[in-house]
Amino acid sequence: MINKFFPTPEEALADVPDGATVMIGGFGNAGMPAQLIDCLIAQGAKDLTVVNNNAGNADAGLAALIGAGRVRKILCSFPRQADSWHFDRLYRAGKIELELVPQGTLAERIRAAGAGIGAFYTPTAFGTRLAEGKETRRIGDCDYVLEYPIHADYALIKADRADRWGNLTYRMTARNFGPIMAAAAKCTVAQVRETVELGQLDPEVVVTPGIFVKRVVKLASLRKVA
Amino acid sequence: MKKLDRKQMAARVARDIPDGAYVNLGIGLPTLVADFMPKDREIVLHSENGVLGIGPKPPAGQEDEDMINAGKEPVTLLAGASFFHHADSFGMIRGRHLDYCVLGAFQVSAQGDIANWHTGAADAIPAVGGAMDLAAGAKNVLVMMEHLTKDGKSKVVERCSYPLTGARCVTRIYTDLAVIDVKADGLHLVEIVAEGLSFDELQRLNGVALKYRAAA
Repeated sequence: MINKFFPTPEEALADVPDGATVMIGGFGNAGMPAQLIDCLIAQGAKDLTVVNNNAGNADAGLAALIGAGRVRKILCSFPRQADSWHFDRLYRAGKIELELVPQGTLAERIRAAGAGIGAFYTPTAFGTRLAEGKETRRIGDCDYVLEYPIHADYALIKADRADRWGNLTYRMTARNFGPIMAAAAKCTVAQVRETVELGQLDPEVVVTPGIFVKRVVKLASLRKVA
Repeated sequence: MKKLDRKQMAARVARDIPDGAYVNLGIGLPTLVADFMPKDREIVLHSENGVLGIGPKPPAGQEDEDMINAGKEPVTLLAGASFFHHADSFGMIRGRHLDYCVLGAFQVSAQGDIANWHTGAADAIPAVGGAMDLAAGAKNVLVMMEHLTKDGKSKVVERCSYPLTGARCVTRIYTDLAVIDVKADGLHLVEIVAEGLSFDELQRLNGVALKYRAAA
């Protein structure tokens, strides 16, 4: 029998080792697995490489993980925000490494990892500072930059509903990086709002098939915009 | 001379977006364009965080943390909207499916290079977001910006001094002074939008040579 439901986030994240590469879903707070991140902070793994679109907002979630000094390196497209003070402080002090990746290249590198692609050529960033030192190639009448996949040990994502096989649905723009991160990581842990019986999810609306998901934890969404 | 204000600039950009267009509006000033889209046109707004068919801001108290735009502001959906994941969203952008994107900029060159992500300052924290993908992928890259810096220098330049976001990609520039097309043979003035601004004065402020042929 397949049962990917875990009773607690602590059990779902117990084996994350120091030095792991961890993808964290979300675009700002939409789709950010806040309780899983809180649990990762409590769990204690350090020297992490984190993949996320941003570098944390205010004092919660990813910002708290960074603020706790547990992230050695971050790959993201948009670290600088009005409330990214934890990242800003560590970056200026030289205590966190940044690999800045254009957002579409970040998404495609994650997708490529999950899809078994060895590398790909993208027109994005050609002729800019972010393509310096990278292999380029002219194909037809367009110039491209060679980019490599981003693999991860763990993906922490937030979905809406799940069954015990790990099939997932999402809610509105909280989907963002969830489906591609789920496919790119060796162990994907999804926090969901609701768990349902097998057969209760219409196969037509499953966005992430369970083959990409190892662990599911049901957690109430705590944060709501007022 | 009376320059356009931000709302007037947004209205001027919106006037050029045709019925049926798929459009991405950059964060900041370009987001204002949404408020001025002509009501008799169906224009589909794309947001890179995975939605087509963005509608207006929700009424106070009805915001939903899962329903935001690229600027992470709460938005609503129009009938006909759809959701998709990030790789599909940028596939739409790079795959040349978007008719227009509207970007803010620090500088635009006479060749259509755009600089909008990095001031080049040594201690600046760089952030690029989706700007390079939009510059590389949208069929028409429109730039919307004030024409002059605070100290009166033209942001339309012969060559960008700030790090590039994209090379030779901008098709049209909308400023508080003028609308300018970027073509293979240089910059073509489409329209002076500031009241009481002569071509000669615009040319002096702009720095880079402008071609102008009055409509026949």
